[in-house]
Amino acid sequence: MTSMTTSPDEQMHEGLIADGGQDELLEIALGPHHPSTHGVFRMDVVLDGEQVVRLKPVFGYLHRNHEKIAESASYLASMPYTDRLDYICSLTNNWAYALAVEKLAGLQVPERAEYIRIITAELTRLVNHTATIGFLTQEMGASGTPLMYAFREREKILDLFESLTGSRMMCNYMRFGGCRVELPTGWLEQTKKVVEEFPRFLDEYEQLLTGNEIFMARAQGVGVLKRDLAINAGVTGPMLRASGVNYDIRKVDKYGIYDRFDFKIPLGEHGDVYDRYMIRMLEMRESLKILNQALRDLPQGPIMDPKAKIRGFRPKPGEAYGRIESPKGELGFYLISDGSPNPYRYRVRPPSLINLTVLEDMCRGYSVADTIVIFGTVDIVLGEVDR
Amino acid sequence: MDQKLRIELSKQGIVTTTLQELYNWGRKNSVWPMTFGLACCAIEMIATSMARYDLARFGAEVFRASPRQADLIIVSGTVTKKMAPQVVRLYNQMAEPKYVIAMGACAISGGPFKQGYNVLKGIDRYIPVDVHIPGCPPRPEALIDAFMTLQKKIDQQTLTGEGRPRHLDPESPSEFVVPRFGAHDLEPPNNPEVFHILNNLDSCEAGEVDAGGD
Amino acid sequence: MLEEIKARLETSVPGCHPEIILNGSPSGQHSLQIDSAHAVEAAMFLRDDAELRLDYCSNVTGVDWLETDTSPGYLEAVYHLYSMERKHGPVVLRLRTENRTDRAHLPSLTPVWRSAEFQEREIFDLYGIIFDGHPDLRRILMWDEFEDHPMRRDYVEPDDYEYEPTAHDEVLSKAKQHAAQQPD
Repeated sequence: MTSMTTSPDEQMHEGLIADGGQDELLEIALGPHHPSTHGVFRMDVVLDGEQVVRLKPVFGYLHRNHEKIAESASYLASMPYTDRLDYICSLTNNWAYALAVEKLAGLQVPERAEYIRIITAELTRLVNHTATIGFLTQEMGASGTPLMYAFREREKILDLFESLTGSRMMCNYMRFGGCRVELPTGWLEQTKKVVEEFPRFLDEYEQLLTGNEIFMARAQGVGVLKRDLAINAGVTGPMLRASGVNYDIRKVDKYGIYDRFDFKIPLGEHGDVYDRYMIRMLEMRESLKILNQALRDLPQGPIMDPKAKIRGFRPKPGEAYGRIESPKGELGFYLISDGSPNPYRYRVRPPSLINLTVLEDMCRGYSVADTIVIFGTVDIVLGEVDR
Repeated sequence: MDQKLRIELSKQGIVTTTLQELYNWGRKNSVWPMTFGLACCAIEMIATSMARYDLARFGAEVFRASPRQADLIIVSGTVTKKMAPQVVRLYNQMAEPKYVIAMGACAISGGPFKQGYNVLKGIDRYIPVDVHIPGCPPRPEALIDAFMTLQKKIDQQTLTGEGRPRHLDPESPSEFVVPRFGAHDLEPPNNPEVFHILNNLDSCEAGEVDAGGD
Repeated sequence: MLEEIKARLETSVPGCHPEIILNGSPSGQHSLQIDSAHAVEAAMFLRDDAELRLDYCSNVTGVDWLETDTSPGYLEAVYHLYSMERKHGPVVLRLRTENRTDRAHLPSLTPVWRSAEFQEREIFDLYGIIFDGHPDLRRILMWDEFEDHPMRRDYVEPDDYEYEPTAHDEVLSKAKQHAAQQPD
């Protein structure tokens, strides 16, 4: 049953029988312009009454040809473009690309730079998870108010990024072999203050949401993802850990200096929306632990590898695949070099795209309102899905 | 009207104004944007409407989801060729008077992704734009400044004559042609009524910068 | 470790002759090239074998190698495999097509690892490799009426450089051609 001969419409209705006494199935397109599709994303759903029978995601509305542009730009010139992939967490994207190039060229990163990278990455994880939970409550119907609280905390961390890198969102901070610029005076104290005050916000949020009857009724048992399907479909990140699989790249690959830090990996049991929400809250607490340890142990020293070349960077012909645990899942970069200043092939492995593979399986049988909530917990960013 | 006389009268509790001022005052202070975020600039737009850089105090009270209920479309983010017909369709469905803010470098001219085969090099190829905000992404304060610029622009529109807004002019169109998907590109690649091609290439030779174009 | 995998593949999947392709960079990630006829069997072996248990296909990439004097040019699909159970990896698999024009077919590994579903669709959309056995092969990023395969190295992009504010080098020459055609 190849799809080369049948049209997309015929495929949608293939093999479907309307149940529940009605003869017709309703086919609607949710998006690309819709208040809760996290960007320009379209879902073609076939409904039987209010229940979803089939769901096909359609994207490509933000396909910005990042990979093609990178083939005609040098390695360093692609660094600002990586900010725009997952535009909510730009510093982890930078780190993933820098890691891949460092593997390709065999560069070493000094210790102080590694600590700074971990501090910025964990702050980015906090930013991302608060925004995700804020948007989740908006999709459940609490229009705007918990989102305002989440963004209030986000703004405090964005102030830190701005004083360090010069920009709130598109930071462009990592370089191959270290970081771009030294920490400004007073930044460490400011960060320590933010990290000390953050648990109070988390407690406030938990008090509002975790025991809330309406939240529990809408989240528990909804959108269950089974363990075996999650592994086979390549799901990574908080979605995978909510289904009970203990796979966090920070512990598996031990990239950077994560093996020096003491933190746990929270795991879920049921794999429903409630578990995914709780995993994100617990991961934020673990990130705060890592931040406290890193801020305490930050050593002095250089922030760039002295042997790293900025101009005329030509790695030897070969290839490398580097990956990190970004807040959304496994973000990987695959680079093939042919000895010239531009990469021959530059590929981004987007966690949001692969996590969408199981969207249909999770949403089948639930109502449209639940579909929006389930979709919110997959936590996608269109800049990454479409690149 | 003489300003001093006006002030004297207002001290006595009599407010004087012209119909044009009243009309424009009502229109500019309640411009409701549509929720239309495409990419990274959308996050800055959301941050502008949040508690720190509140946009609601300028009149953008709620962001309406339906185009029939909105006055302003803030095109924030890269417009790709796959999305362009949808943008133009939404613009056509908005009711007059309607305004467009092109937020960010991508909406103005394609931005950093200008070389892309799927990137539309500026939304002003198909719909008329009122305010452009440069930046990648522009800060929330820049979006607020653009909003105030739009309000000033509405304030200067007259009721009759040359400077009247588009909805009071029966000649000017309010719906524009929607591009179709072709085999290699959109058809038509731009709308000649809206997209005016300037010719400044002579001053671009030998590294000269266009004198008036900064 | 790659030699062991090669030896075990040769014994378990008869007829399969994997080749090791060395990698020049310091990353040390060498790859295993498998022919199309035995690819699905080899993939199932890699997934189900008790020692390897490579149950997680992380990344599927398409690469375009142009014609040179020695080879007709081919398209390639590169699979990066990891194991969530044993926590090892990566094992890199490569599948090559015969040429770039009419025999660009490869077997789909979506029945083995479901994570390859969207990524193989993307390779079909952007490179033009047809995956036999894929449950739903259609364009994913470009619109359905689009006819080219944009990521190929010989793709010519559409010409829309009419207005350039600060043009220089090639962009200036492209824009001048447009201006010459404009009725002034």
